[in-house]
Amino acid sequence: MADATTETRAPEEAAPPARTAHGRHPGPREYIRIAMILAVVTAAEVAIYYIEWVQEQGLLIPLLFLFSLIKFSLVVLWFMHLRFDSRTYARFFLMGLAGAVTLYLIVLLTFRTFAN
Amino acid sequence: MATIEHAEHPTSTGLPSTKLAMWLFLASDCLLFGALISSYVLYRGASLVGPYPNDVFDIPYTSVSSFVLLASSLTMVLALNAIQRGDHGRTRVWLLATALLGMTFIGGQVYEFTVFHDEGLSLTTNLFGTTFYVLTGFHGTHVAVGILMLLTLLSFSLAGRLPQERAEAVELVGLYWHFVDIVWIVIFTVVYLIPTGSGPA
Repeated sequence: MADATTETRAPEEAAPPARTAHGRHPGPREYIRIAMILAVVTAAEVAIYYIEWVQEQGLLIPLLFLFSLIKFSLVVLWFMHLRFDSRTYARFFLMGLAGAVTLYLIVLLTFRTFAN
Repeated sequence: MATIEHAEHPTSTGLPSTKLAMWLFLASDCLLFGALISSYVLYRGASLVGPYPNDVFDIPYTSVSSFVLLASSLTMVLALNAIQRGDHGRTRVWLLATALLGMTFIGGQVYEFTVFHDEGLSLTTNLFGTTFYVLTGFHGTHVAVGILMLLTLLSFSLAGRLPQERAEAVELVGLYWHFVDIVWIVIFTVVYLIPTGSGPA
C-alpha cells in the first residue's frame, strides 16, 4: 500500500532529490529555500542603498560586494550544481573567473585607475 | 513511431563532453563580460556631458527586473528536477514559466532603454552611454538567446522528443540560463547600486 503521507502531499514536495550520473541534485524544497534566500539578500541590497548612514560610514560598497558574492555563490553552488557535480566543472569555471578577474585588474592597472 | 535511445558514450574524463563543453563556454563568456564590466568601471564618472547614471537610473524598477530574473532561475531548476523525475507535464510548465520570466526581463530592459533614450542618453552621447548600452545590451542578447533555447526545448518536449533520458539537454540550457543570472547579479551591483557622481569627474 502506498504511503498515505506521500499521497496527500503535492507532487513537487513529495518528489525525492533527483539523482544523476554524477551525484545527487537537490529537491524542489531546497531550490525554493535557496530562491527565498536570494530574494531576501536582493531586498537587503536594495534597502541598504537607501540608508544614508551606511553610505556615511563607507560601508555601502563592501556590503554590496558581500551580498553580491553571497548571491553569486548560491546560484553557482546550488542552481548550477557545482556543489554536487564533479570538481572538474568547478575547475573549468574557476579558470574562466580567474581569467576575468585578471583581465579586469590588468585593464584597471594599465589605465592607472588606482592612481587617482 | 520509433523512438531512439541516446545512450551516453564513454569519455576519457568519465564526464559528458557536452556538459564539459558548456562549462568551458561559460568560462570563456566570463572573459567577455569581464572585459565589458572593466570598460564600464574604467570609464565610470569620466563622461564630460550628461545624462549621468544618477540622472536616469530607476533603482526600484531595476530591482523588480532583478527579482524577475532570480525567479526565472528557480523555475529553471524546477524544470530540470521535473524532467529528471520523468514528469513531462511539469517540465513544460516550468520551461514555459522560465521563458515568460525571461521575456518579462527583456521587455523591461527594452522599456528602460527607451526611457533612457528619451531622456537623451544614446549609445554615442557619452562614455557612460556607450559602456552601459554595450554591457547591458550584450547581457540582454544572452537572455534573448536563452529564451530561444528554452522555447526550442519546450517545442521538443511537446513533440515528444525530450524523453527523461535527454534531461542533460535541459541541464545544459539551465547552466547557460543561470550564468546569465549571475552576470546580472554582478551588473546590478556594479552598474546600478554602486553610487557614481552626478557630474563629470
